Amino acid sequence: MAETQGATAATMFEKIWRRHVVVDRPDGYTLLYIDRHLLHDGSYNAFRRLAANGMKIRHPERSFATPDHYMPTNTRDKSTIADPNHKRMVVGLAEHAASTGVTIFDIGDRRQGIVHVVGPEQGITLPGITLVCGDSHTSTHGALGCLAFGIGSSEVTHVLATQSLWQRKPKAMRVNIDGPLGFGITGKDVILAIIARIGAAGGTGHVLEYAGSGIRQLSIEGRLTLCNMSIEGGGRAGMIAPDDKTYEFIAGRPYAPKGEAWDRALAFWRTLPTDDGATFDREVTLSGPEIAPMVTWGTSPEDAAPVTEAVPDPATAADAARRDGQARALAYMGLEPGTPIAEIPVDRVFIGSCTNSRIEDLRMAAAVAKGRKAQIPSWIVPGSGIIKEQAEAEGLDKIFTEAGFEWREAGCSMCVGMNGEIGRPGERIASTSNRNFVGRQGKGVRTHLVSPAMAAAAAVTGRFTDVRRLLPA
Amino acid sequence: MSTEHKQQSRPFDRLTATAVAIDQPNVDTDQIIPARFLALPRAEQVSHLFNDVRYREDGSPREGFALNAPTAKGAQILIAERNFGCGSSREHAVTVLVDNGFRVFIAPSFGDIFHNNSFQNGALPIRLPAERIREMLDHLARRPDASITVDLESQTVTGPDNWTQSFEIDGFRKQCLLQGTDDISLTLTYADAIAAHERRAAAECDWL
Repeated sequence: MAETQGATAATMFEKIWRRHVVVDRPDGYTLLYIDRHLLHDGSYNAFRRLAANGMKIRHPERSFATPDHYMPTNTRDKSTIADPNHKRMVVGLAEHAASTGVTIFDIGDRRQGIVHVVGPEQGITLPGITLVCGDSHTSTHGALGCLAFGIGSSEVTHVLATQSLWQRKPKAMRVNIDGPLGFGITGKDVILAIIARIGAAGGTGHVLEYAGSGIRQLSIEGRLTLCNMSIEGGGRAGMIAPDDKTYEFIAGRPYAPKGEAWDRALAFWRTLPTDDGATFDREVTLSGPEIAPMVTWGTSPEDAAPVTEAVPDPATAADAARRDGQARALAYMGLEPGTPIAEIPVDRVFIGSCTNSRIEDLRMAAAVAKGRKAQIPSWIVPGSGIIKEQAEAEGLDKIFTEAGFEWREAGCSMCVGMNGEIGRPGERIASTSNRNFVGRQGKGVRTHLVSPAMAAAAAVTGRFTDVRRLLPA
Repeated sequence: MSTEHKQQSRPFDRLTATAVAIDQPNVDTDQIIPARFLALPRAEQVSHLFNDVRYREDGSPREGFALNAPTAKGAQILIAERNFGCGSSREHAVTVLVDNGFRVFIAPSFGDIFHNNSFQNGALPIRLPAERIREMLDHLARRPDASITVDLESQTVTGPDNWTQSFEIDGFRKQCLLQGTDDISLTLTYADAIAAHERRAAAECDWL
């Protein structure tokens, strides 16, 4: 491993950034090269704008598409999409991909799924690269040691046309998780604890690097979950240094290098981790053993608390703005101050989304569901067709259906509800997704963000329950 | 060509207008335009700005929401608390504001992607100190018809009490806004540099 010290010590972010600079303008703007680009059915307009301007895709082989936002998860038949505007997005993506030569994992292909699940699964996401997508949760991919961030639709058009983006270099922030995580604690609990600490705007303008023994301990799935929600802490991107777990995860995936190319790639990847002595603009440290299963109680991901605690009392808030904000959140959520979180009844459960729909997430939920019965309507939406197949091969689908859960097809589903899969006004949902915003899962719906294990625990008990009491030791 | 297809932005230099105050932190893009309207043609999205906080179930306007006040008509400036436009990358959050007449957003901080998307659509996001924002929000609560002037060339905001506050903006973004630059055309002037980078990267990282 390349060791550099002192003045030359660099962060992983700095190393990746430097290698992708096309032009540094004197005004501080950088034209940054984009190695790989992901598209989904919501990207349809960007394709259309490009065509309308008579422009061509510079490198169709660097873009990969899959429909996820608008496709219903109870069918794989596009012709049954009722809303013509939704159908246009799904069908339009496939048409544009076909006419431009962009690779698509379309409905009916086992490789189709949520774009942030598909990228790592196919080996499109690799350490050291730059990757963008017209979706804020693109921060997910940084879990494999790359620089990945979400962009707007105009920027998607720009990437298609030029394979580059104008960027001001973000600052770097390191979040350390010191010490081992306790029994039953997942990547989801860690990121909710981090956001509760730094706030929803805590990482604004920064790339977050997660480090420390608590992070190394996480599986790749757990790291993907963690980096996924960097944006909910305001971060431009999230990243974790690649290690042997990363390389083992990537090896053999379809778009990953093979043979001698793999050896050369691996030698390069091993130079990526932040050098000893490199400095960050900000640094925050949390104690790993102190992190408990988390539940959000409000309407921002920063409104998160351990399941062992109670809904906060706005009267004790630090200032008037916070008091008003908390009171408004509690009114929307229909919660009384001081209510123990473990006494809040839940109406419905959603396990899925780019945050928590991978095989490990489904295994953990199944470990809780096994031999128990769902007390409330509960959905399991796997992140890709491949994950669905794998879960079925492991018998997880049987565990879920025997416990009364609904086993569905891959897609974004109730995380964002763009495909019409939403809750009813007033409904309280334990959700493994990433946003508890007002109306996110449907008008008037009350979303509580939790891990898959905690969501399954809510399903089988009908309220929030400390999953550590239900998990097999 | 319809605005939907246009990559070039309308230039921006100076604006004197009334403002709407959204006195809340963490206003996310799901609130600015809920997901269920995103597949509609752009022209049909206009009436859904802040849909679910602005209207009741029956479609009648919710009293007390800033956009429903009579003084909100004609406003071109939006003032909000910290982290405005956080959340989803949906560019519709900017275009629906622009299509409702807003050209300037002023807040202590913005969601990064919303901030970038603003420039792509000829809108100017301005970060001002939280105390100054508080002052403006309090003033607007008393005098909602007050005018505010934003001058991009001199990088200043002049408030209703005639105070003037300067703001920071990236030189690159400033030039693009002043000229209404089409950023793809600008980037293509660097085509040789992009090609050179690709040759260099192909040699260094032949595994990609």
